Amino acid sequence: MDTHLLSIITFLPAFAAVILAVFLRGEDEAAQRNAKWLAMITTTATFIISLFVLLEFDPNDTGFQFVSEGEWLLGLNYRMGVDGISILFVMLTTFMMPLVILASWGVTTRVKEYMIAFLVLETLMLGVFMALDLILFYLFFEAGLIPMFLIIGIWGGANRIYASFKFFLYTFLGSVLMLVAMVAMFVDAGTTCIGACDISLLNHTFASETFAIAGVTIVGGMQTLMFLAFFASFAVKMPMWPVHTWLPDAHVQAPTAGSVVLAAILLKMGGYGFLRFSLPMFPVGSEVLTPLVLWMSAIAIVYTSLVALVQEDMKKLIAYSSVAHMGFVTMGIFAANQQGIDGAIFQMISHGFISGALFLCVGVIYDRMHTREIDAYGGLVNRMPVYALIFMLFTMANVGLPGTSGFVGEFLTLMAIFQVNTWVAAVATTGVILSAAYALWLYRRVVMGDLIKESLKSITDMTSRERWTFAPLVVMTILLGVYPALVLDMIGPSVAALVENYEVALEAAGQALQSADASN
Amino acid sequence: MNSADLNVILPEVFLAVFAMLGLLFAVYTSKDKMGPTLVWATATIFVVLAGWIGWMGEGTRVAFNGMFIEDSFARFAKVAILLSAAAVLIMSEGYMKARGLLRFEYPMLIALAAVGMMMMVSAGDLMALYMGLELQSLSLYVVAALRRDSIKSTEAGLKYFVLGALSSGLLLYGASLVYGYAGTTLFSGIITTAQSGETSVGLLFGIVFLIAGLAFKVSAVPFHMWTPDVYEGSPTPVTAFFATAPKVAAMALFARLLHDAFGQAVGDWSQIVALLSVLSMFLGAIAAIGQTNIKRLMAFSSIAHMGYALMGLAAGTAFGVQAMLVYMAIYVTMNVGTFAFILMMSKDGAPVVEISSLNMYSRTNPGRALAMLVLLFSLAGVPPMLGFFGKLYVLRAAYEAGLAWLAIAGVIASVIGAFYYLRIVFYMYFGEEQSEPLDSGGGGTVLPVFLMASAIIMVVGIANMFGVEVAAQAAAGALVN
Repeated sequence: MDTHLLSIITFLPAFAAVILAVFLRGEDEAAQRNAKWLAMITTTATFIISLFVLLEFDPNDTGFQFVSEGEWLLGLNYRMGVDGISILFVMLTTFMMPLVILASWGVTTRVKEYMIAFLVLETLMLGVFMALDLILFYLFFEAGLIPMFLIIGIWGGANRIYASFKFFLYTFLGSVLMLVAMVAMFVDAGTTCIGACDISLLNHTFASETFAIAGVTIVGGMQTLMFLAFFASFAVKMPMWPVHTWLPDAHVQAPTAGSVVLAAILLKMGGYGFLRFSLPMFPVGSEVLTPLVLWMSAIAIVYTSLVALVQEDMKKLIAYSSVAHMGFVTMGIFAANQQGIDGAIFQMISHGFISGALFLCVGVIYDRMHTREIDAYGGLVNRMPVYALIFMLFTMANVGLPGTSGFVGEFLTLMAIFQVNTWVAAVATTGVILSAAYALWLYRRVVMGDLIKESLKSITDMTSRERWTFAPLVVMTILLGVYPALVLDMIGPSVAALVENYEVALEAAGQALQSADASN
Repeated sequence: MNSADLNVILPEVFLAVFAMLGLLFAVYTSKDKMGPTLVWATATIFVVLAGWIGWMGEGTRVAFNGMFIEDSFARFAKVAILLSAAAVLIMSEGYMKARGLLRFEYPMLIALAAVGMMMMVSAGDLMALYMGLELQSLSLYVVAALRRDSIKSTEAGLKYFVLGALSSGLLLYGASLVYGYAGTTLFSGIITTAQSGETSVGLLFGIVFLIAGLAFKVSAVPFHMWTPDVYEGSPTPVTAFFATAPKVAAMALFARLLHDAFGQAVGDWSQIVALLSVLSMFLGAIAAIGQTNIKRLMAFSSIAHMGYALMGLAAGTAFGVQAMLVYMAIYVTMNVGTFAFILMMSKDGAPVVEISSLNMYSRTNPGRALAMLVLLFSLAGVPPMLGFFGKLYVLRAAYEAGLAWLAIAGVIASVIGAFYYLRIVFYMYFGEEQSEPLDSGGGGTVLPVFLMASAIIMVVGIANMFGVEVAAQAAAGALVN
């Protein structure tokens, strides 16, 4: 199927950004309105076009679909496509962006630049999920740092400079090592094609013979090294404990819309990367380091949940809760069975809605009171009933209440990990309890009780624009909660193929690994 | 010498004759009033010559018994040199005229330097190499001190001259050692000597000294000390020139010498070049962090960039040379744009070089700030800008040649380096309100055009690099076989 639908989806926002940059002049109200509307229309159009892709998509075909390609530099190819693993991330992105724009309707400073940054960011995020060329992937993956750096730095809070630099340099350092590994893969396999071509990296087996460098024995050889290089990038992006420290800073300082994009979409790139590269391309490396990743995930779940308990800043609390939830994702991915990966993808999609909505919830009251201190609030239910209801729904979803989408992902991943490593499962399950603790406590302190504080006496409930921003998220959270098959049917066959290939590859390399184990 | 020989060096002869005639003509007529005319004439001739060399030449031609080589490698370098020199000349006209610096000697010295550089990249003999190098260097020493009444400019010229003379001494010493042990100064002769047996210790010493001399010219660590001071002290257009054409010439000469004369001893010099490369990358990245003067910052930036170009060279393969050429072409384009921006930085008409003065620049000049943003991220090697592809080429070359450690060091240095480019972005975009913003607008039409063009190339160029990749491949193929 040769079609340029995916390219159109990807580059439509960037095209709109160029139009804004070139043709829109002035800072007056009319220009601001035009910028907002153009961004709104573009992101909505992108979503509608992506719906066509979703409808035409055949879940039972585990290969890449809607592939479009062209010649490029250095023997590279421009190649885009989606499969069961990536399609939902594409949908998540196109779905969230109009809401993000809607949530930023109140922005008044440098509106034009703001919209350009978000539109460019959308193009780059979509590109990450669609790219079928290693370097093309890296291009989109890294370039996303630029608009996000500007979004945090220009429209962020008081400490935005520190946060933006930390965000940029932290993630940049993570990914450059991946670049070296990519070069190594290019040299080794002679291609940068990920899939959907004659010689592809997904079909290439990288050397996994154990060797020693400078006296250090490296079990799994090249594969382990490459895995580690990719891990450096994706773990930072996820983020996994202990390299998560950039996230709370970035979240707290970013404007609301920036936080939403960061939590809902950018964090998913790490998980997507694991599924696209680490597991299928370096199965031996993955297998060797699985215990490490699992324990890191378990620690992340418990540790960051505990840290979330003591936060005084609402955004920081939700940021730490994101890290904990991403722990379930990595755990599910590296359980490397059908339930685990299903659960991980489901958790990522659902976390996109839930954490995005939670940051929007914080944004709603921040816009009114200009503080994110939990102590500054209390008793909001008295004056903001609708807000209290919506906030409660997403708090519950964050805890993983059955009937919301948060439950399905957590349950599946826990079930999967139980089959692989009982101890990790036991530790991780406490995270579920802890998440209830911090989320409900947050809710109690902010919403419940009497409205005592003088400053809150005149606070107003959500406007209709804000309600419309939340409506789609509410629908999706409940819909996926009661009917998870919507997602699972979509990803099932591709995940099954991924798991099968993984096991076959391990079997093939098993002999070598066992002999290495024996010698240790 | 016969007419066939002259035919080969016709562009060089033409340019040299033009420079001398221009000099004479200006002296006997209106002197400095001729400045603008000569600048435009020189730039035009540069462009015409670049077209002539780029499109007319094909194959490999040798003149003067192998002392002068005209192949596609030389042509690639010459086109890059001439075009960047033309761009810098055109950019400097308005700036220098406004500040009374536009003496008629300036374009003529640049033309003579260009002749020297063209000699350098075509050199097939240690003597020819030295002649070209000195012609270039002497012209550059003088233009560095162009602002005669400024202490800093004079200091820059003197410093450049003294240290340059030292490096020439090293180079000559190396050349004499090589001559002593190889019995010839011709590259083609040296390579057969090296081929015939073990590389003798004397020859090895010769290589080391030659590399040290050339490392000075490309300002690679530890021979970089002159760079920040000279960059800072020279008039900004001259700095722009230093950062572009001579770097290409020196780098091309480096590749020519290492491959044509010592192509059999790759293992011997590859480690030295790799060491230069890694030191340059890290020193350039770390030392630039503390800079407050944008010209000094660009000096360290160019040191770091030379480190990356040397990474390609250290690979010692044809692909490595190709990577280096691509890297240099991208580097020169970025620097032309960046210096166009620096030339436009002014407050009440007076030039400003403090980075902190860029506070709120994106408010007063959104278009220029955006173009500069693109260039800065390109310089930092962040995709999707073209600068990233330059890095990708050299990384691949290094990795393929078994220098994985160098590639890893390079990417780590690029993260450190990203910090100071981001700092400029920080001032332009995140800075707080300040009382006296820089002039908005200004700079005539030429400078903004160069800035925008260079920024657009950085983004659009990722589609196909405008054929530079193919040309570089042919050039590298001609050099390494």
